[in-house]
Order: sequence, then C-alpha cells, then structure tokens
Amino acid sequence: MANGNGGNRRRIGGVILNVEDVSLSFGGVQALEQVTFSVREGEIRAIIGPNGAGKSSMLNCINGFYHPQGGTITYKGNKRKQMRPHEAAAQGIARTFQNIALFKGMTTLDNIMTGRNLKMRRNFLWQALYIGPARREEMEHRAFVEQIIDFLEIQAIRKQPVGKLPYGLQKRVELGRALAAEPDLLLLDEPMAGMNTEEKEDMCRFVLDVNDEFGTTIVLIEHDMGVVMDISDRVVVLDYGKLLADGTPDDVRGNKQVIDAYLGAVHD
Amino acid sequence: METLHAVFVAPWLDMWEAPVFFAEVFVSGLLTGVMYSLVALGFVLIFKASGTFNFAQGVMVLFAALTLVGLMEKGVPVWLALILTAVVMVVLAIVIERVMLRPLVNQEHIILFMATIGLAFFLEGFGELIWGSNVKRLDVGIPEEPVMIKGVLLNSFDIWAAAIGAILVAGLAVFFHKTPIGRALRAVADDHQAALSVGIPLKTIWIIVWSVAGIVALVAGIMWGGKSGVQFSLSLIAFKALPVLILGGFTSVPGAIVGGLIIGVGEKVAEVYWGPLIGGAIENWFAYVLALVFLLFRPQGLFGERIIERV
Repeated sequence: MANGNGGNRRRIGGVILNVEDVSLSFGGVQALEQVTFSVREGEIRAIIGPNGAGKSSMLNCINGFYHPQGGTITYKGNKRKQMRPHEAAAQGIARTFQNIALFKGMTTLDNIMTGRNLKMRRNFLWQALYIGPARREEMEHRAFVEQIIDFLEIQAIRKQPVGKLPYGLQKRVELGRALAAEPDLLLLDEPMAGMNTEEKEDMCRFVLDVNDEFGTTIVLIEHDMGVVMDISDRVVVLDYGKLLADGTPDDVRGNKQVIDAYLGAVHD
Repeated sequence: METLHAVFVAPWLDMWEAPVFFAEVFVSGLLTGVMYSLVALGFVLIFKASGTFNFAQGVMVLFAALTLVGLMEKGVPVWLALILTAVVMVVLAIVIERVMLRPLVNQEHIILFMATIGLAFFLEGFGELIWGSNVKRLDVGIPEEPVMIKGVLLNSFDIWAAAIGAILVAGLAVFFHKTPIGRALRAVADDHQAALSVGIPLKTIWIIVWSVAGIVALVAGIMWGGKSGVQFSLSLIAFKALPVLILGGFTSVPGAIVGGLIIGVGEKVAEVYWGPLIGGAIENWFAYVLALVFLLFRPQGLFGERIIERV
C-alpha cells in the first residue's frame, strides 16, 4: 500500500482549517471540551479515539450540523460563529457519514449528480424549464460525474438504485457524491468501517488518489489503526471529548497516554 | 344459483350487449378518476418531499377555490384572478415553511402530521372569515355543453378537466424525473441530512414543494368547484384521495394518476352494473373496500417504492 507519510510528491500548504478551544455539550453531556487542532492544506488528517470520544461530533461541528457553544472554527481564514450545513457545502466542505446517508431510492448516477447541486449556475426557473442552457449545463455536469464514476470504478452499478447495493459499494458511491462537489476539504466519517480487507485496500487507494491527484485536504475518522498509520500525515487523538495527543503517526504511536487510553486497549 | 348468476354473469352480459352505454359509463368513470388524481397528486408531492401526509391538502383545495371565487366576485377578470390566486398559494407556502415547517425540522413525522391538522382547521376558518361561508358558483369559462364523440355522450367540462389534468401531470412527471430541481426534491425526500450535506437548501425545496402542491390544489379546486360549487364539502374530497393513494402508492406521481383512474372507473362501473343488486350507493364505499384489499396484498401500492428492509 502506498505510504502517505513521505509527502515528497505532495505539497502541504498553510492552515486551511483551525479549530480552537471548541466545546460542545448536549444537556449535561460534554461531547467536546476545548479541543484545539489545525488542518493544513493538502494533508490527510486522521481523528482517532475510543467510541464516544467525540470524533463524529467534531466533524459535525466542522460541517455545521452542530453549533459548538464555545471556541472558534476558522476556515480559509474566516472565523465563523454559526454555519448551516448547506453554507459549509457552498464553501467547499463535503462529507460522508458513519451510517451511510445516501438517497436509497435513487440510482448511483443520480446520487452522485446531487453532489453537483452547488455547481449548477442556472437558477431554479431555468432548471425547471430544462431547456437550452440549463440542459447544456446538465450535460457538462454529467460528463464530470462520469469521470468520478470511472475513477471509483463503479461503472457497472451506474443505473442501479443504491439501496440494493452491498455495503462496500454504497460507501464508495457516498465518496463519489462528496467528490462530485469538488471539495477543498473532505470529511470522511469511518470510510472503511464494516469492510473486508480487500474493500479496505480499495478505499485506502481511493482516498490517497483523491488527495494526490486533486490535492484535496482530507479529515478522516477511522478505527483501523493500520489504515490510520499508513495513510495519514498527522493524527489527532480524542478521549472523552478532550484532546489527548496531536502529531505524526509515529509520535502518536509512541505517546504513553495514547497507549493507555486507546492503543493499549485495542492491541493488548 | 339465481343470485350467483345475477352477481357474476348478468353484469358482464349487460356490458357485452350494450357496448356504447358501457363506453359511456367507462369514460365518465375515467374522467371522474382524473379529478381524483388531481387531488391525490397534491398529497403525493408533499409526501415525497417531507414524508408527511398533509392533512390540509383538501382544505387547500377549498381555500384556493374560495380565493378564486372571492376575487372574481370583486370584479377581477378571470385571468388576473387565476394569477393572483396562484400568487396567494405561493405566499401561503412561504408562510407555512416559515412558521410551521422550520421550527419542526427533524421532528417525528407524526408531529408534522399533527401540525398539518392544525393547518387544515386554520385555513378553513381563515378562508371563510375572509370570503364568507356561502355556497358559491365558480365559472372560469370552461365550456359545459354535452358532446357526442363516436356515439358516446360526454360532458365537455369533463373532457377539459381531463386534458388539463393530463398536461399538469405530464409536466410534473418531467419536472420530478428530468430536472435538477426534481432530483434535489427526490434527494430531500430520501434523506434530509444527506441532502443538507451536499448543499441542497431544505427551505427552498420546501417552499417549492408546497407552492406546487398549492397550485395543484388550485387546479383541483377549479375543477371540483366548477362541478359542484365552492363550499365546505369541497375539502372532503381529500378523503376520496386516500384510497387513490393507497392504490397508487404515496410516493408515486404516475401511481396517483393510475390509482385515480382505477377508482373512478371502478366505482362508476360497480354502481351502474352491480348497484341495483344491493340497492345502489356502491359508489360511496367501493373505493375504500378496494383500498382495503390492496392493503392486504400490496401495501406499497401499485407504483410505490418497494419496502426494502436490511436486517
């Protein structure tokens, strides 16, 4: 498997996303407590931690599903207090979900086409009429989506309703939908959960290729430590909503606290 | 033996022996069916986009018809009254989104459903407050003379209704399945969260859906109001739409059409050929019994999305 740590071909730029002192609670439950970390342009950043550590909550804050009570999130230099998910999407943040959230009744093609939604320039009236320029625009988007389908090697299931596809393929379609938005920042919530080894290797390859070819910044949550150590540039470790460690995979692997809280428990 | 013959054989022989009369019954059933479909369509649109059964759809039909008649009584020309009523329905959609749907995002479907019951009562009272509760005649200039087509006697109003209904339905089918907005609508219907994450603004989609449902209600209101006058009972045709939905499936536009046609034809034919056997009035319950049979054997309806359960 390709190793992402080298970074000799890839350019890692300045900070694209800065999370500072972010706190989030639901009633009495403290999901995140003053978490601070940053993501640089072009890197693959992993968030790890035991179940309930607040990893998904963190992603939900970044893409606007949750609004943290404290702290700031700075994205592309703009500090923001509150943001709605579709605004986050408009600014180039795309994501996948832990429990696949595809449009189950729609075909693979239609699902990925929805990812192009924000790229459509013609207004609603034009689209409703579906004539002339609006139709031409649809063709252009379709061509782009076909490239993604080729890239993810899912040509064969193009016209199938995704609800009927096996789990691994659904995850791939979901990645395709996120890619269709040509995101600057891609959030992947457990992209390899529930997959067999072969599917995992495929998924790793896609993640690395996306990062490599399009220069997309990726933040991913993953439980498989082998995968995380292999593909990520830097790792954030959360535990009970707090930041436990932050560094390269090697730093994190050697961190005593991390071993105690997480790695030790998994690998003993 | 006698009864069996009367139930299972005689009606078919009657149909065979008087084909022109049968054609008349059949076609008038079809035309009524189109009217049922129009009402059912409004339900399907909202059910598709929010997974909620809109209890207020029938009252929206009444409200649209009341507004149209009210404007025409004030001396507004028909074409302007139509446009104004359509605008009123769009404004209504915007208000509904703002005060009813937005605060209830991510609530259980049953809660939204209850909100639509509230909406039904509000609209009914509000409509009558403004336009009064007298029975009104609605005439937008659709011709009503009987016409003969190939020896079959038909009402030209029914034919117009069917034609308008067909155009509306064809337009909506294309809108839903071919255009990017249609795709966005289907996406919202499928998964709110995922739709938000790809940047589909729920607010806009809801306003569009409720506006379209309001305009469909207006068309249904014109047709039914023209036929039977504009009055409170207009809102009760919503109950006729229920069996149509069960037959056609709650999520299918073509299903609403075919379901409406089957029920329109079925109840007419049953009334004319089997009605005398049990003293008539089959037309009133036929649709519901048919719906019941469907619930037993094909709960998702003719065209509804198959219920796929992964365990």
